[in-house]
Amino acid sequence: MMILSGDPPRSRALSALLIVVVLALALAPFLFPGAKPLNVAANICIYALLVASYDLLLGYTGIVSFAHVMFFGIGAYGVAIALYGLGPSWGALALGVAAALPVSVALALAIGLFSLRVQTIFFAMVTLAVAYAFNVLASQLSGLTGGEDGRSFQVPFVLRPGFRPFDGAAISGRVLSYYLVFAVCAALFLVLLRIVNSPFGRVLQAIRENPFRAEALGYRIVFHRTLATCLSAAGATAAGALSALWLHYTGPDTALSFSIQVDVLVIVVIGGMGSMYGAVAGAALFILAQNYLQALMGELSSAAAEAGLPILPGLFHPDRWLLWLGVMFILAVYFVPTGIVGRLRGTEDKTR
Amino acid sequence: MSATDTGAALPRRKIDIAPALTPLLVAAVAAPFVGSPSTFLTLTVAGLAMGMMIFTMASGLTLVFGLMDVLNFGHGAFISLGAYVATLVLLPLAAWSQADSLGLNLGVVLLALLAAVVVCAAAGLVFERVLIVPVYGQHLKQILVTIGGAIVAEQLLYALFGPQQIPLPLPTAFRGSFIIGEAAIEKYRIVATIVGLIVFAAQILILNRTKIGLLIRAGVENREMVEALGYRIDRLFVGVFMAGSGLAGLGGVLWALYREQVHASMGGELLVLVFIVIIVGGLGSVGGCFTGAVLVALIANYAGFLAPKLALVSNILLMVVVLLWRPRGLYPVSGR
Repeated sequence: MMILSGDPPRSRALSALLIVVVLALALAPFLFPGAKPLNVAANICIYALLVASYDLLLGYTGIVSFAHVMFFGIGAYGVAIALYGLGPSWGALALGVAAALPVSVALALAIGLFSLRVQTIFFAMVTLAVAYAFNVLASQLSGLTGGEDGRSFQVPFVLRPGFRPFDGAAISGRVLSYYLVFAVCAALFLVLLRIVNSPFGRVLQAIRENPFRAEALGYRIVFHRTLATCLSAAGATAAGALSALWLHYTGPDTALSFSIQVDVLVIVVIGGMGSMYGAVAGAALFILAQNYLQALMGELSSAAAEAGLPILPGLFHPDRWLLWLGVMFILAVYFVPTGIVGRLRGTEDKTR
Repeated sequence: MSATDTGAALPRRKIDIAPALTPLLVAAVAAPFVGSPSTFLTLTVAGLAMGMMIFTMASGLTLVFGLMDVLNFGHGAFISLGAYVATLVLLPLAAWSQADSLGLNLGVVLLALLAAVVVCAAAGLVFERVLIVPVYGQHLKQILVTIGGAIVAEQLLYALFGPQQIPLPLPTAFRGSFIIGEAAIEKYRIVATIVGLIVFAAQILILNRTKIGLLIRAGVENREMVEALGYRIDRLFVGVFMAGSGLAGLGGVLWALYREQVHASMGGELLVLVFIVIIVGGLGSVGGCFTGAVLVALIANYAGFLAPKLALVSNILLMVVVLLWRPRGLYPVSGR
């Protein structure tokens, strides 16, 4: 109980689901050998952390940000620029993370202080504008970021696929890499769980439910909202750094694209807003679907094309994945606003 | 009502002139840096034209927000939709638009604008009824649902029209430029400015001189009071939403002709500018939206000439400066 900060899943079905997901992730290199399953597992870990840090903002504090991927990108570019410029060493990696975190937090602080004073709706619009400008800036400063091509870089030797500590055993540097990602994500997830169950986290939920009342009780809501923004940005930055470390590459498509932001929104809503466990369940489901359902869509599209049906091949083309995601997203907001977690817990919709 | 009419006339409301002068200030500050007067004239006209186009797209959004507290993140989709509708009119009628006759050119462009407005207004009606009505008064869900709607709409445009850019050549009469002294002023920019000014004048007239306009302005200030007086503000809102979507489509056509190409991603990109404009102007204020659009476009053009890499960041900086000066925008709407 201690490790879960006194906030257990509170439902048998949800506990069972989470245990299966966590066990599968913990043993992924041995249960599902091969490059693709390991990649899927690492993505689930990274997205679970990214989404959990977003949920701190959206689900717990009730403010919408479109700049979450920007912070993810800052983490990824921090690691990429440091490892690219200074060579593959642990020192460079640490420097990259240590440089990215303050940048993210300072930017989050500036955006928060600036736009949360008036109306939270400003925050949604301002983050959209800032994130867009940041994307353009990242692709224009090609001397630093590699522009549209991004940066490929070497990671420390211990994390490379060529590193084999035990002769004959299946453990390679890639597996060590995976466990690094897994361990950091798990640790930071527990930290986030601790934050939302602290007195500070309770105040955030009070602000979400009724800002006027929270203010009347003496809580400075701008301070709390801004701090939540900064914490969430730090979480996203860590996820970005791990993602860069896992991919050995950082570019606009993998670190800054708006479609990642859409993915995060979809996962939060499908998993369940206002519950950290929703992030894990949602990320697992979503990444599995993304990796294995998109192929199915391609088959559906070519089947429809062979049958000579109009429009349908275009609608089911794998590139139109986002279309179905958007439809699913809208339906989820209307009909399952509490997401997987809410459904499994059998609770009513309290996030209006 | 006659009892109040007999009394002394109400004191005229003071017109806040300072924000309206900011574009002049910006132009005056930028002029010495730009240097040559002809370049300055070209940049200023380009900025005005861009401002008018952005105003056309943004004015509907700001009214929709003011009236019903609905911030529509799907507004960008109507901009793209309008542009695609224009290709459906202009490309099959290429003979008209490429003919060497002002009448035919003007006719085909007006036809395209009309088609875009009608289609976008109809799409706006569907969007409002299907997506927004179920989540009235729930801010968080509104944002989520409209962003979902924006994604679906953009993907549908890709599925229907293909992912490639569609070139949209300008009609013959609008190509080329006037030469004034040493300054070259593109003809199309004049056209866009005129259309934008007509839209602005029409909005001001409707808002200030008709009963519907009176109700809209009253609704923006205080919705409950207007409802208490017996007016169905939700019906009014549907109308404003449709008009706003139609105007977004109109702006989309203007922008597509300006760029001479159409792509489904243009709506999302322009939405960023539109948001900056309505934040700078003050949410819910048409006059503020107009000033904000001119300001944003002028600064974007001057910055694009003086420091191209800063062009996009300049808008964010402008927003920061304006909000530090007036935290609710240039022309804040009372009661918010």
